[in-house]
Amino acid sequence: MYTEQVMDHFTNPRNVGEIKDANGVGEVGNMKCGDIMRIYLKVNEDEVIEDIKFRTFGCAAAIATSSKITEMVKGKSISDALKVTNKQVAEELGGLPAPKMHCSNLAADALKKAIENYQANRAKQR
Amino acid sequence: MRKVYLDHAATTRLNEEVLKEMLPYLTEHFGNPSSIHSYGRKARAAIEEARERVATALGAAAEEIIFTSGATEANNLTIRGIARALREKGNHIITSAVEHHAVYDTCLALQKEGFDVTILPVDEYGMVSVNAVADAITDKTILVSIMLANNEVGTIMPIAEIGKLCRERGIPFHTDAVQAIGNIPVNVDNLNVDLLSLSAHKFYGPKGVGALYLRKGTRLSVYHHGGAQERKLRPGTENVAGIVGLGKAIELAVKDLEPKANRIRALRDKLQEGLLAIEHTKLNGHPEQRLPGNLNVSILYVEGESLILSLDLKGIACSSGSACTSGSLDPSHVLMAMGLDHQTAHGSLRFSLGVDNTEEDIDYVLKVMPDIVARLRSMSPVYQGGSK
Ligand SMILES: Cc1ncc(COP(=O)(O)O)c(C=O)c1O
Repeated sequence: MYTEQVMDHFTNPRNVGEIKDANGVGEVGNMKCGDIMRIYLKVNEDEVIEDIKFRTFGCAAAIATSSKITEMVKGKSISDALKVTNKQVAEELGGLPAPKMHCSNLAADALKKAIENYQANRAKQR
Repeated sequence: MRKVYLDHAATTRLNEEVLKEMLPYLTEHFGNPSSIHSYGRKARAAIEEARERVATALGAAAEEIIFTSGATEANNLTIRGIARALREKGNHIITSAVEHHAVYDTCLALQKEGFDVTILPVDEYGMVSVNAVADAITDKTILVSIMLANNEVGTIMPIAEIGKLCRERGIPFHTDAVQAIGNIPVNVDNLNVDLLSLSAHKFYGPKGVGALYLRKGTRLSVYHHGGAQERKLRPGTENVAGIVGLGKAIELAVKDLEPKANRIRALRDKLQEGLLAIEHTKLNGHPEQRLPGNLNVSILYVEGESLILSLDLKGIACSSGSACTSGSLDPSHVLMAMGLDHQTAHGSLRFSLGVDNTEEDIDYVLKVMPDIVARLRSMSPVYQGGSK
């Protein structure tokens, strides 16, 4: 039911964990539907994502999309990262089973929240 | 890689002896049981022999057995058939919150059609209380349907007592015995039931065939229309090979039931002990009144589908009540009815053991499980190291 890419990211997820001195953190999902994704960002002076990590509670699709997005945006500017959509993440994984498109395909939303959190932190510092 | 099948509540492997009895009825004895010639008579005789076997296994009379395509059909036939037959007498139906969808959803459908349906709650172990049934019965009650053993958590209901109550009030009583056959004794008189559903593939028989036990004198309306087969209650040319398989499978299932169940229970208990030794785990279902092969545990801080896939990669097959595996956005209605919170329900795993499982199977699961749990927890945002 899952593509090879999804299984690869599920079994060997990239960038799992926390960033202790993260300057942006975003979380989406809730326990009711059974998916929670948290993304940690380390954005540098040039607004480039220097490091990104995630923690996810959820099914294989939730874990794989989280892992995939970290791979997609690491080293990218935050403006480029913001352009990534949930749909693109799913496409990069060779697609997701239809029911998973809604409930477990939230990685771009988590990333967006993390970037917004970074921007809010920055604004406070100024 | 080692393969370990621990999903016998979903389905079982066809027994070789059963297959052997079925095969001639797919080839040389292909006749239509309704035909008068020798081909037909051969098939008819096989069906009647299977009917005897099912009846004997249940302590019933042969004419009380109606073959169906499985328990789903038997359950629908019961609920719709009784509802229609007794509509004049009343419109109240009692069932429980932990029934299989084949009962649960059929009752909900009747509710939409104007029937008054009481869905009894269960306790934290998934148990229906006899008193709750007694309190729910009214003058308008025309059917009570409570499963014998739950398919997710294995809880065994007080069916004999509920049956006694219904009998005293003259209300037809149905039980879905799908998960019980071959695991615990099932006798229609001891259980005081008027209708009982079963499905062959849950006890090493073929898929797509089952039966409804219908106590003599119990009224049931025709639901499908067609030929005169199965007393017109289940018209259509019979699944001869399947019915033959059901007959053989149930005969084998009830043979040496106790030693088989004891062996499976011992393995289950070992698995249970080993899994509950993992931190932050919880048993779901009744600690004692439970099917011998059932073990449903919640592994906190991780999600069931991830667990199943991880186990599958190690060759282990089991199931979960998490939303991701229920095909809907909600976790299992059974676990929710037992009052589990969402996280505990999402992290549930059901292992169901069968006759072919060995001690080595259990050792293997217990060997691979801790690493799988640790890996998924290390990814989980809701897990804070060792602390709850
Ligand atoms: C308790 C219970 N009832 C009914 C059914 C339906 O059986 P079948 O799919 O063979 O019709 C099942 C099978 O999952 C079950 O476990």
